[in-house]
Amino acid sequence: MKRNAQVCIPVVAALVACLPLLCPAQSPEKRGLEIAQEADRRYCGFKDYTANLRMILRNSEGQTSERQLRVRALETEEGDTQSLCIFDSPRDVKGTILLTHTRQTGDDYQWLYLPALKRVKRIAAQNKSGSFMGSEFAYEDIATQALEKYTYKWLRDELYDGNACYVIERYPKDKRNSGYTKEVVWLDKQEYRTLKVDYYDRKQSLLKTLVFEGYRRHRDEFWRAREMNVVNHQTGKSSRLIWSDFAFRTGLKEGEFNRHSLTRIR
Amino acid sequence: MRARILLALGAWMLAVAGVEAGELSGYVSAEARLFFHDALFPGQNDNNGSVAAQPEYYHEWEDGSSLTFVPFGRADTTDSERTHADIRELNYLYPGDTWFFRLGVGKVFWGASEFVHLVDIVNQTDLIEHIDGEDKLGQPMIQFGIFRDWGHLDFFILPVFRERTFPGRDGRLRPQRVIDTDEAFYEATAEQRNIDVALRYSHTLGDCDFGVYFFAGNNREPLLVPSEQVPPEIVDPKTFAEPVLVPFYEKITQFGTDVQWASGNWLWKLEAYHRNGYLDHHVAAVGGFEYTFYGAGGGKTDIGLLSEYAWDERGDDPTSTSIYDNDAFFGMRLTPNDTAGTQFLMGVMQDVEESENLLVVETSRRFGSHWRLSLEAWLFLNAPRGNVLHDLRDDDFVRLELAYYF
Repeated sequence: MKRNAQVCIPVVAALVACLPLLCPAQSPEKRGLEIAQEADRRYCGFKDYTANLRMILRNSEGQTSERQLRVRALETEEGDTQSLCIFDSPRDVKGTILLTHTRQTGDDYQWLYLPALKRVKRIAAQNKSGSFMGSEFAYEDIATQALEKYTYKWLRDELYDGNACYVIERYPKDKRNSGYTKEVVWLDKQEYRTLKVDYYDRKQSLLKTLVFEGYRRHRDEFWRAREMNVVNHQTGKSSRLIWSDFAFRTGLKEGEFNRHSLTRIR
Repeated sequence: MRARILLALGAWMLAVAGVEAGELSGYVSAEARLFFHDALFPGQNDNNGSVAAQPEYYHEWEDGSSLTFVPFGRADTTDSERTHADIRELNYLYPGDTWFFRLGVGKVFWGASEFVHLVDIVNQTDLIEHIDGEDKLGQPMIQFGIFRDWGHLDFFILPVFRERTFPGRDGRLRPQRVIDTDEAFYEATAEQRNIDVALRYSHTLGDCDFGVYFFAGNNREPLLVPSEQVPPEIVDPKTFAEPVLVPFYEKITQFGTDVQWASGNWLWKLEAYHRNGYLDHHVAAVGGFEYTFYGAGGGKTDIGLLSEYAWDERGDDPTSTSIYDNDAFFGMRLTPNDTAGTQFLMGVMQDVEESENLLVVETSRRFGSHWRLSLEAWLFLNAPRGNVLHDLRDDDFVRLELAYYF
């Protein structure tokens, strides 16, 4: 599905660039989708990457705790993403691995490897809104934002943090299991990088704000943020993700991303 | 003896690995088990304390091959049998593109269910460590695996058999008669040197993970034979100063399967096997589900409801050491997803036909980034005469463990 979009990339890109001039009457839904498609096109195509991740959790009293993990991700031929999160700390969960197969349509697949028992547990598929490792990030925030999982609407263009931005809303299609009714996303017009996301909970009130900082370009192609900060407005808790050591196209293979490989990798 | 050879081998492999780029982790722990009632049987102690350590050394070479060494040891204040050491792992792994092999002492888990582990057969249970049977002894093995589009194939040669550990005379959680592991006897003439083999095919199809296997070799689950029934040509009756139970390991062939199926908030689980042995052939199965409410009450807490049913064709037959023959399990798992990684699990086992039941509560949380405190309670609420649990009727206990992970 998503790959089909790639065929008409130049067309879409040209359209998006000239939209305000050519068809001022275009519907906000269509425009929102086109912006999301272009952002997706620019984000994807990395084939695979590895990175280190530090996660700093802060409660409302300001106490912090830290987790360290390694991330490996792979794009499949079908355009889905498979990822491994390998935990290095806290030490009691060292060696725990979370394997996720993100799918464009239908529920994602997830497995958890428990090293003490050498056991791979399947995770019930609708784990979207659950907390990721005790952080303010939900699984659905961390997982690759598959294009097909939302509907979109362009809101306005505005300046955010010195960048000319598109502001779009996206609505999870899986209303039953998502923790959100809508997400408002700020994307810069230049590179279609996500700069900020506001999450609205099931009661339509603002739940969290996620801010991306320190964007760097890897292999002259892939923009990745060095920091992601999320604040939960309702609890006062916050979480910070610090990425480092990005490496793209390292030659990871699909055989390393199944439940059997979990008992062999470190 | 074997332990000494393995230790020497381990030292040699460490030397080969060199001092570069090895990785050391693991834990040390202190444990107290407090029993609610006085011991039933002469010689048994009331409470016990112990310390344990399980370091882990890992080294990976440039080509992706690796060495893992995990020794384990426990020193117990009261039960000399529980003071024991084991090599949980000491193996070399070589990964190819579509295959791999593992050589040495390793650990493999097969299964899906929460309360009973029926089909897990490669590693012997280190029962003296914990009555839940989840602790396993290291198993010497040659494992060869192939993975392709059509699934995963594992072939095992298991050249050395490990005998199950049991509490000694001083220990709690044992039958009235002491189990004399020194006189264990075998159907296989090669005894512990019998070469066991296993072949397993497993695959994932969408929401469903499944595996099927064939195993031939020494039964991991011994029959406990009263000493007066042990054939005198095998063990001289004068060896037994008092009536004891003697483990007998028969030769078996076994087919097993395990399935996990995720659908929405449901996780369905099934394990089953057919075993053909010296004494009988029989079927056993366990199946059930876990239903999870994610973010219950709008917060971060996940609540899981579990139910399983276990059935064993042998029923209360004395040839069975399984305490689960026709039993239902109900459980609740609470995961608050807090920074301390708190976990809580409560389970009840109830026999469907008889009145026996037991209650298990397990909870733990982290302190700082290195410490974890665990609290566990096992209550044998009802254990009527004639039931395997009857001898454990006064062994209700709580277990408190503080572990430091490095």
